[in-house]
Amino acid sequence: MRTLLILPAAIVLLATASAEAAPRRALLDDFATQAKAADPGFTGFSASRGETLFRTRFTGGKPETPACTACHTASPLKTGETRAGKPIEPMAASVTPDRYTDPKKVAKWFRRNCKSVLGRECTALEKGDFLTFMISQ
Amino acid sequence: MRFTALVLSATLLAPLTAMAGEDSVPPVTDPLVKKECGECHMAFQPAFLPAASWRKMMATLGDHFGEDASLDAVTRDKIESYLVANAGRGRVDRANPPLRITELNWFRHEHREGEVRRMRAKRNVKTLADCAACHRDADRGYFEDD
Ligand code: HEC
Ligand code: HEC
Ligand code: HEC
Repeated sequence: MRTLLILPAAIVLLATASAEAAPRRALLDDFATQAKAADPGFTGFSASRGETLFRTRFTGGKPETPACTACHTASPLKTGETRAGKPIEPMAASVTPDRYTDPKKVAKWFRRNCKSVLGRECTALEKGDFLTFMISQ
Repeated sequence: MRFTALVLSATLLAPLTAMAGEDSVPPVTDPLVKKECGECHMAFQPAFLPAASWRKMMATLGDHFGEDASLDAVTRDKIESYLVANAGRGRVDRANPPLRITELNWFRHEHREGEVRRMRAKRNVKTLADCAACHRDADRGYFEDD
């Protein structure tokens, strides 16, 4: 009886996990292909490099937005806030499950936020590292 | 739409006070505008600024009040059309139209009381542009509560 109940539950869990895992995997694969093209020595993404990007204060961008943490807070698990006072759902995939599943959304915000914070677009390596960090959180 | 604004040269647009009998500002109905212009703050009602202001704003999204709010060209154009079609009326300096609602004369006038300062401090409001922090139904175009 027990196993009969657990089995369907496990299947549902697996199914929901993969519903989000698939688009994230596709995004990471795409960034990996680009990173490899830019640097043949590319060996994979790193959550710790992603965390460094998340926490670093840059000087090349707009003075109002020196770091990712300015809006996303220092904790990926916490609710952030825009400069206009609107709440931003936590960045960690474990807390906000639909994060990093819509490639258009991801591309739009990397473009905007990297330009605001770093004063340039992020590289594929930086984007892959950042996602790897947030998905691990 | 009976949303006719008062024209006072560059001081322009006193939305509610100028609309005898009206007690709300037409809310944003276009889902694209609601979504794209409502990501960082509420989607401001187009009637709060004249067409020249919206045109300038939509041409400078790469540096939107110190932030990159850029859009792809197709989306940008669609949004600009909506904002311009529903813009407030008023004569402004076309070369230098106002970009902030919060710097318009009627806005300053309505928000100069100590009541606003008290609310701002009490609710820890970051910026007066966060209308909904004080006007609960700002999104729907109601500003007469507090
Ligand atoms: C000025 C405020 C601000 C700063 C600074 C900022 N962000 Fe964001 N970010 C936002 C907002 C607002 C959203 C969209 C709202 C949401 O997704 O909840 C967002 C969304 C994102 C998304 C999309 C998430 C998803 O669900 O697909 C990514 C990726 C992102 N930001 C990365 C970054 C990175 C990397 C930095 C630093 C280089 C950064 N952000 C700095 C405000 C900011
Ligand atoms: C990436 C975030 C972001 C997006 C997207 C965005 N804005 Fe803004 N907007 C801001 C910030 C930040 C401010 C300034 C808030 C402050 O400091 O008072 C602002 C201010 C404004 C103001 C002036 C508010 C005032 O003080 O009266 C208007 C009008 C405005 N935005 C319109 C728009 C329109 C139209 C769109 C859609 C095309 C849009 N915004 C999209 C971030 C954004
Ligand atoms: C810090 C709080 C606060 C913020 C933020 C704020 N307001 Fe107000 N507003 C008030 C108060 C208080 C009044 C005067 C009392 C009233 O009539 O509600 C007022 C009055 C008004 C009125 C006149 C209402 C009438 O009775 O005719 C309008 C219109 C208005 N605000 C629009 C806005 C808009 C648009 C924004 C955002 C761009 C905004 N307000 C942001 C507090 C605020």
